[in-house]
Parts: sequence; C-alpha cells; structure tokens
Amino acid sequence: MLSQIRPAIVSMVFFTALLGLGYPLAVTGIAQAAFPSQANGSLVTDRAGRTVGSGLIAQAFAGPGYLHPRPSAAGKGYDAAASSGSNYGPMNPDYAARVKTDADALRTEGGAAIPVDAVTTSGSGLDPDISPAYAERQIQRIADARGATPARVREVLLASTTGPTLGFLGQPRVNVLKANLALDARVPAAHPPAR
Amino acid sequence: MDWRGWAEIVFTIGLTLALSVPLGVYLARVWTGERTWLDPILRPVEAFAYTAFGVDRDKGQGWLAYTGSVLAFSAAGFAILYGLLRLQGLLPFNPQGFAGLSPHLAFNTAISFVTNTNWQSYVPEATVSTFSQMAGLTVHNFVSAATGLAIAAAVARAFVANRGETLGIFWVDVTRVTLYVLLPVSLVFSLVLVALGVPQSLASGVEVTTVEGAKQTLALFPVASQEIIKQFGANGGGVFNANSAHPFENPNAWTNLIQIVAMNVLSLAAVFAFGRVVLARREARALAAVMVILVTAAAGGLYAAETMTPQPAMIAAGVDAPVNMEGKEVRFGAPSTAVFSAFTTGASDGAVNGMHDSFSPLGGGIAMFMIQLGEILPGGVGSGLYGMMVMALLAVFVAGLMVGRTPEYLGKKVEAREIKFAMLAVLILPITILGFTSVAAVLPSALAGLLNHGPHGLSEMLYAYTSAAGNNGSAFAGLTANAPWWNTTLGIAMLLGRFAYIVPVMAIAGSIAAKPKLAPTAGTLPSDGPLFTGLLIGIILILGGLQFFPALALGPIVEHFQVLAAAR
Repeated sequence: MLSQIRPAIVSMVFFTALLGLGYPLAVTGIAQAAFPSQANGSLVTDRAGRTVGSGLIAQAFAGPGYLHPRPSAAGKGYDAAASSGSNYGPMNPDYAARVKTDADALRTEGGAAIPVDAVTTSGSGLDPDISPAYAERQIQRIADARGATPARVREVLLASTTGPTLGFLGQPRVNVLKANLALDARVPAAHPPAR
Repeated sequence: MDWRGWAEIVFTIGLTLALSVPLGVYLARVWTGERTWLDPILRPVEAFAYTAFGVDRDKGQGWLAYTGSVLAFSAAGFAILYGLLRLQGLLPFNPQGFAGLSPHLAFNTAISFVTNTNWQSYVPEATVSTFSQMAGLTVHNFVSAATGLAIAAAVARAFVANRGETLGIFWVDVTRVTLYVLLPVSLVFSLVLVALGVPQSLASGVEVTTVEGAKQTLALFPVASQEIIKQFGANGGGVFNANSAHPFENPNAWTNLIQIVAMNVLSLAAVFAFGRVVLARREARALAAVMVILVTAAAGGLYAAETMTPQPAMIAAGVDAPVNMEGKEVRFGAPSTAVFSAFTTGASDGAVNGMHDSFSPLGGGIAMFMIQLGEILPGGVGSGLYGMMVMALLAVFVAGLMVGRTPEYLGKKVEAREIKFAMLAVLILPITILGFTSVAAVLPSALAGLLNHGPHGLSEMLYAYTSAAGNNGSAFAGLTANAPWWNTTLGIAMLLGRFAYIVPVMAIAGSIAAKPKLAPTAGTLPSDGPLFTGLLIGIILILGGLQFFPALALGPIVEHFQVLAAAR
C-alpha cells in the first residue's frame, strides 16, 4: 500500500505545478501579448474614448432612443458578476406571469407581433444579442426618439447584424451595445436620449 | 425547424466523427508507448516524472494493484483539492478576496472535480478564486480525464493478453495521456479560443460605466485555459455560473463548434484506439456506430421538442413562439443548443449552452435519459469506452443465451464471473439515482431547494442525482443545491457512480486478461456489423428504459401532457 502513496502524492504535486500553474500562466502570457483585446474581455469604447462595457456582454438600455436587450435573470438584471438564467420550467406560474407582464408592456409601445426573444431571459442573462425581428420592432420607437427616419435607423442596425456562420451555424442576430454606439455616432438625437 | 438546423446537427456530428479517427490512431500510439513527434520534448519530462514518482517502468501491475493506484491517486487529489478550497482565503491569486468554501461545499466540489463530474453547487464567479480555478479545478479537469483514459488502456490490454497477469502501469498511463494528448491540444486550442473572444486574464474583473450611466462589473478569469480542457476532457465545469451559455465562455458559433466537437472527439477516439490496440477495428466501428446513432437521435429529438412543443406561457401572453427561447442565447437558438445538449449528456460532459431546466418537458427528459443510459454515448473520455464494453458483454451474453452457446467477445470467453461484475456495475446507477431521489422526495430539507414544483420539481431532483451518479455535472439548475443535504448526498452519488463502477470494471479486466485468447470459430457470434450494432442498441435502450421509465413517467412525461392540456 505504501508503494501507492508516494507516487499518488508526488504525482499530484507534479501535475499541480505543471497543469495548475505552468499551463494557465503560459497561456495567459501568450494571450495577453498576442490577443490583448480579447484576453481582457473585448471591451468597447464610445466616441469620447470612454470604456462603456464589453461587446460580448449585455447591459441595460431603457431610453426610447436605444435598442433594448432581452430581459435578464442575471443578479438583479445584467449583473456581469452573477450570470444566470431564470431556470423556470414551462409550467411555472411565475414564468407565465413574467411573460404576460413583459408582453403587455411591449404592446403599449405599439408595433408588430412580439418576437419570442423579447419576452424570454437568456441562459446567461448576459445575452449581448437580439433577433433581427426584435430589432425591427424597435425601429419606429428609436426613429421617433431621435427625430430620424426609420429607414436611416434600419440602415445603421443592419450594419450591426450578423448572419449565421458559414450560412448554417448559429442564428442571425443584432449586437445591442454595438448597434447603440453606432446609433449615437451616426444618428445623433435632436434631443439627447434621457440618461 | 428548418434545413439550417438539421444541417448544423449533421455537420457537427460528422465533423466530430471525422476528427476522432486520426486522434484515435494517435491515442493508440500513446497507450502502447510508441514514438510520437512530441517525443524529443516530452521524453525527458516523462523520465523526470517517473523518477520523482518512484515508479519502475518494467514492473507491470495486476488488476488489483492498478485499481489501487487509481484509488490512491484520486484520494490524494481529493485531499489536496479539499484543503485548497477550504484555505482559499489564505492563498495567493485571490484578487476577488473570496473566503474559503464551507465544509459541505468543499466536500461536494472536491469530489465533483476528482470524479470528472464537475457538478457545481455554487456560483463560480462569486465563490472560487483565480488560484482555485487554476491550481485546483483546472488540474483535475486534466487528471480526472487522464484517469478515465488510463483505465480504458488497461481494459484494452486485457483483451490483448493471452493468459496474462498485468494490465500496464497506471502512473505511466496517466502521465503519458496527460503529457502527449491533453496538454498539447489544450495549449493550442486555448489560444484559438482567446483569438475568438474568450478572455484569459489574471484580473478579477473590470468595472465600467455603461452607456446609460449604470455601473457594471465584468468578472474575468483565466477562462480559455480552463474552457478547452473542460470540454476536451468531458468535464463540463464552468468558469461562470451560466457555463457555456456565458458569452465569455462561448462567444460565437465558432467557439460553440469547437466546444461541441471537443467534448465528444476524445471519447470516440478512445473507441478507435481500442480497436487498433486489440486488433478489432471492425468491432470498434460497431461500438462507435452505436454511440453516433443514439447521440444523433437524441440531438434530433431535442431539436424537435424545443421547436414543436406548445408553450402555454406564450399562448396566454399572446406571443407567437416558434421556438422555446427561455434559457437559450440568441446566437445559438434551438439547433446549436439541441446538439450541444445531446452531446453534453451523452458524453458525461455536463457543460450547457442553454438552461436544461427551462427546456420543454420532453427536451429535458431526453437530456436526462441520455445520462441514465449509462454515459456511454459516447460517454466520458475512456469511461465511455469501458462503460460500452460492459454493455457489449451483456449483449453477447444475451445473444449467447438465445442460441445456447458460451458467449465470446473479442476472442475471450464471457463467463459467470464477468457477467456478475457487469451486472454489479450496471446496477450502481439505478440504485443510487432512484434511492436518493425517493428519499429526497419526502424530505422537507431537500424539497426546500426546489424552484419549480409539481412534476417539474421531481424532474429537478431526479436530474440532480442522475447527473451526479452518471458523473455528468449538468443540472436542472433551479435546484439550490448548496445546502448540507444536497452537497453531501450528491457527493456520495458521484463517488459511487465513479468508483463503484471502476472497481467491477477492473475486476472484469483482470479476469478477461487471465483467459486464453481464442480464435473465432463458425459458432462465434460476430461482434461487428449491423446485426450486433442493432442488438447492442436494443440492450442499451431496454436496460435504460426498464430502470428509469417509471420515474420518467412521473416527471417529464406527465409534465408533457400537462403542457398539451394547458395549450388546448
């Protein structure tokens, strides 16, 4: 039995040094040198050069002149230090109540049929994207708030729209933060949207 | 459903299968100690390791000694990881300032990572420091996978041996698989993941002021280095709570494809490597065919369930919902989530890119049933192969009963001793899962953890023990498991699912090795081709169905009918 204990302990120490320190620190060193932007969270800046978030992580938008993200179940909403889905089962009464409240609120804005991603929380609560259908539904509101034509807003949003990779991997989507930064840059509001 | 979704499913599975063949050739060379192109760099490291461990490379181990080494290695890993998690607050690289874990959470987490389960009762980004992620969890992502591959190598040698006594040396197998297979692939592909957007930083995070003026803290970790081995080793433990649904773990369709392929390719490669080592390539192809056919069926079933099941909540709110998007990311949608989910439950991986708790009842039921079939489709790395071998022995035994002949598999007679141990291994899953679930279902302190109630609440508990005993690690995550009852019993379930399975498997390997290798005769049932593949599929489905259908009927199946009734 003793012949098993020495290799067990020594090998765990060896593997911890190699795989627990050597490997991740080497990857960190190379990644920080070769891909600094991605390695540090793909941060994006606004026109003033201020860091306003990550292009990969959703943040709250409530102003009428901005594209709104999906609802979020992360922390108290869009908490990028507490990712989470709602984990509601399909028959959970709280789930049905939440969907109803959100759908009724969206209807007061007017507009076309409500796309399913507008009233569902994502797996992470930090989904940076919305479907093109949900973006389309928000164009009139954004155009009114910014005093611009819907066509102009649509043109800017299209530039932030990505199709499926290779035509069939993943779904078409609009990155909300990047689209909103593009709106601020290219369709400045007659009256700046409320903060 | 549309053609793109089906194309994605078929393409992903096809790519995984295509890559697993050359990887299997390479893995066979690593198992048998042949030269590889990495030898000039790694031979000296290997030699240093054996000297330090005090291992004699010429002295092979019998099945008892080999099993003893597996247990000693896992016990040492558990002790060190438990201590590290408890003392986290005193250790370096803790920019988050996290305190040590509670005793029951550290117990659960240490077992979870040592057994290759990676169940997580906690929110990682709010609990585990950068140091614990690297020096604790990342290490076990490697070595628990290497342990599975080492046992698979020992099982392969048992079928090669002719009246043999030894099965190789565990310390050599675990070291070679780590150095020659897991580490080089992880090094390269962790950097690919970074290039595609996965962070790799020692900082605790960045605080930003958002466009509308709110404060947002973006939690950061060395994500990429753990992400790749999490999938390649079929581990599945997330750096973040949302696992591979989190955009930092899995930002786009490319990273998603890499992760899905990575979580199954090594398990399939182990089957092809087995075929090469045992000189039974046609038989290995039959095993791989069973795995691929059933995992494809599960992916298709999940895709159909998530797109065709009516959604009462949406109907009541007047929303036209062609897809169930609760708990899914827009960039993935139903097809990417379905194929990910089928692979992660079939492969004993347990990572998720969408929340299983919010799946349609049958979607969640398929995910659960895939684990209950024994984590062999294709199962964990190495563990999928030895689990499938147990099923193959049962299949030839049943066929032998039907034709009245002593069954043989790969030139070895299958007799009472092997079948007894095989049944012992197979029974661990239902005893653990159904036993614990039935106690939890009447225990107030267990029921306090549920988020959803009614049949879905039963599903949450059943899924938890299924995941733990199957060493999967995914969850119906509405269950709040960070409490003494859940952490302790789930920890025990993980231990049983891993080691109470490994010991009988190794006993079978020892007894197979000691038998003479027979040449096939006219009376031998061929263990390749469509007939055997069909027989094996039948055995797996009948065994799994008989064990778990009654429990599933009270959970996902009755909930499905509730949904249909509510949607009318």
